[in-house]
Amino acid sequence: MLRFLLTRLGLAALVALTVSLISFSLLFLAGDPAVALAGEAATEEDIQAIRAQYGFDRPLPVQYVAWLTGALTGDFGNSYYFNTPVIDLITERLPTTMRLGLAGICFALLLAVPLGVIAAIRPNSLIDRFALFISVVGQAMPTFWFSLILIVIFAVALGWVPVSGSDTWRHFILPTVVLGYFATPGIMRLTRAGMLEVLRADYIRTARAKGLHPLKILFKHALRNAAIPVVGLAAVQLGFMLGGSIVVETIFALNGAGLLAFESINRNDFPVVQALILIFSLIYVMLTLLADLLNAWLDPRIRVA
Amino acid sequence: MRSSLLAAAIFAVALPFPVMAGSDDNSLKIAFTREMDTLNPFLNTTREGVILSRHVWDGLLHRDQATGEYVGNLATSWAWIDDTTLEFTLREGVTFHNGEPFNADDVVYTMNFVADPENGVNPQRNVSWIKEAVKIDDFTVRILTDGPFPAALEFLSGPVVVLPDTYFAEVGPEGMATAPIGSGPYEVTESVPGESLTLTRFADYHAGSPKGTASIDTIIWRTIPEANTRIAEMLSGGLDWIWQVPADQADRLAATGRYNVVNESTMRIGYLYFDASDRHGETPFDDLRVRQAVSHAVNRQAIVDNLLKGASEVVHSACFPSQFGCDTTVTRYEYDPEKAKALLAEAGYPDGFEIPFVAYRNRDYAEAMMADLANVGIRTSLDYKKYAATRDQIQAGEVPFAFMTWGSYSINDISAITSIFFKGGIDDYARDPEVIGALDTGDTVTDPEVRRAAYSQALNRIADQAYWLPLFSYNSNYVFDLDLNFTPTPDEIPTFYNASWQ
Repeated sequence: MLRFLLTRLGLAALVALTVSLISFSLLFLAGDPAVALAGEAATEEDIQAIRAQYGFDRPLPVQYVAWLTGALTGDFGNSYYFNTPVIDLITERLPTTMRLGLAGICFALLLAVPLGVIAAIRPNSLIDRFALFISVVGQAMPTFWFSLILIVIFAVALGWVPVSGSDTWRHFILPTVVLGYFATPGIMRLTRAGMLEVLRADYIRTARAKGLHPLKILFKHALRNAAIPVVGLAAVQLGFMLGGSIVVETIFALNGAGLLAFESINRNDFPVVQALILIFSLIYVMLTLLADLLNAWLDPRIRVA
Repeated sequence: MRSSLLAAAIFAVALPFPVMAGSDDNSLKIAFTREMDTLNPFLNTTREGVILSRHVWDGLLHRDQATGEYVGNLATSWAWIDDTTLEFTLREGVTFHNGEPFNADDVVYTMNFVADPENGVNPQRNVSWIKEAVKIDDFTVRILTDGPFPAALEFLSGPVVVLPDTYFAEVGPEGMATAPIGSGPYEVTESVPGESLTLTRFADYHAGSPKGTASIDTIIWRTIPEANTRIAEMLSGGLDWIWQVPADQADRLAATGRYNVVNESTMRIGYLYFDASDRHGETPFDDLRVRQAVSHAVNRQAIVDNLLKGASEVVHSACFPSQFGCDTTVTRYEYDPEKAKALLAEAGYPDGFEIPFVAYRNRDYAEAMMADLANVGIRTSLDYKKYAATRDQIQAGEVPFAFMTWGSYSINDISAITSIFFKGGIDDYARDPEVIGALDTGDTVTDPEVRRAAYSQALNRIADQAYWLPLFSYNSNYVFDLDLNFTPTPDEIPTFYNASWQ
């Protein structure tokens, strides 16, 4: 187990390092950052001064190490647009994204796992078809369209929930549904497939033969085993949600990290973009690692593989 | 396309449902697209910031929208003592939101703070003309300008507001951004970065202000980036006022009969510019006849009628017509594709030529112009990209032909547009000594008649030489509750202190 843990940790660290290198080099992909910073009507002296001030005149490896050391201590520099520390902007907005992501994954699991289980118990039944329909629609419908349809029906026409904003928990209902819904198809199909396979297994037949209660067999024996890949997928989906809530946050005017990323790209605010890419990637790496470890804990066979 | 489809869907579903209009607590809920970079009025670079500044702070002067004349606000009278000295008599009995009394020290402190380039006022041209301010007595101040600067009154009635010296000295620019204090008709009582601002009517606002007495008690100012969401909020009664609504959606909102939909011109104009000075090497535009040919080829009126609609008009001079010095009686290029073809043939391009065409907004307008150009044989390839990248390339001299726009920062003086693009700077692709000389005169002489004559000379030369093809003025659709009294103005600075509920 220790060896497994160390290998996984080492891999995660390598991925994180690569990501940091890529996000650092982003700043230089879009041309000379000093020229961009200097803005309109800047003279050559202004640009030189900015180069010196921000340290753009140093060799790239030196700049990278300086940036990485800063990043490790939470210092990502100042936002070009807000002229305030990037880390303050992110800590101010990340909680909204986290709240949304966690609510989204809970919604997805609550919807997808029961549907998947029922579909597996009654394959090719009406309910299986219904579950399939939901997953196909979920995969096919664009986020912005689905968001606006929900807004039109539940906020404008029925008036049950507010259109946009983040003042109360009611403001989070529609965004949660939209975000969670897109994780539903994968989780549901995986639960269904896992359950179908497990339900055919010999030990389930043994359990049945012993006369155990069907529900106990279903949840204690079958689902626990079928859930292993689902755990991994859910963790990865959560990572997607945190980084991928850009559209949802924009439409529902939720002031989260996703909206910040979108606006910062539009504003050429590279320090913010860099920091967000790094943070989102690290969260993703950590969630994948967590999924691996969880799987290994649930299924001893993985530890030696 | 995408947004109009969605809008159609929103309307189809939402229309049968009535909406609560008006306000029972005398509050006004408004939304803007962008989050402000800072609430500090001297560091803010967004339109939203300009609007906020007019509500929370006051300037020495105020421009009357109806007459275009300057009237006193924090100053009661003023006079040019010489070419570079303005003297102001200040209003007595004014207080800031925190109770600090207003006097000459506030003006002197503010002017001297912003005039120092070290303090990073953005944009610098709002303040770079101020040399220093001197206190004469408690209610008399002199502002010395850095050379003759006739547009000073315009800036003092706009972006240059007065900060409370004691509070500002204590909290600095950051404190002014988190807890802004001014002497304007509204005070900021709550700020949630990126989401909302709450403005509350300032009960002790000075009675003599040309801004009048505000009627609305509370303004809830939200940031909603998505246009469809703003419309949905409007339809559900979550907002009372939105602006910059696209023409097709404004038409639909108007058809519901539930909203006031008012179209007003803005100070933004669109233009095509040509590289006439070989900044990007030799191009067909070096020949005056080619520039004239393009000017005759583009059907500007058709674009205004079919795409911009509303209060937009074709413009002929390189400025917005209401701006001081904007002479509109220059050479006009009527739509005449045959004449354009003839001019091209005369210039040695009987079969036209190929040229890249850069644009950053209104892709549909750009495409309409490309079709017009193709019609006379000029084959363009559209290079459509973000504003920052476009402007960088333009300033680096890499773009020979582009469709650009300029909003003059709502400054009603020609120096905020023509002087930026034609005085030989990095944005100037004409580099015409006659134009540069005339603009220099206009920008530095205080006599209004001499200024007018100089600007007229510059504008006529620009039109005769077809350095720009000025296209059209932009417009904005304002949509607000039927019960709301609100009047939009061309400077694109909505004044909610003049709004009221019926």
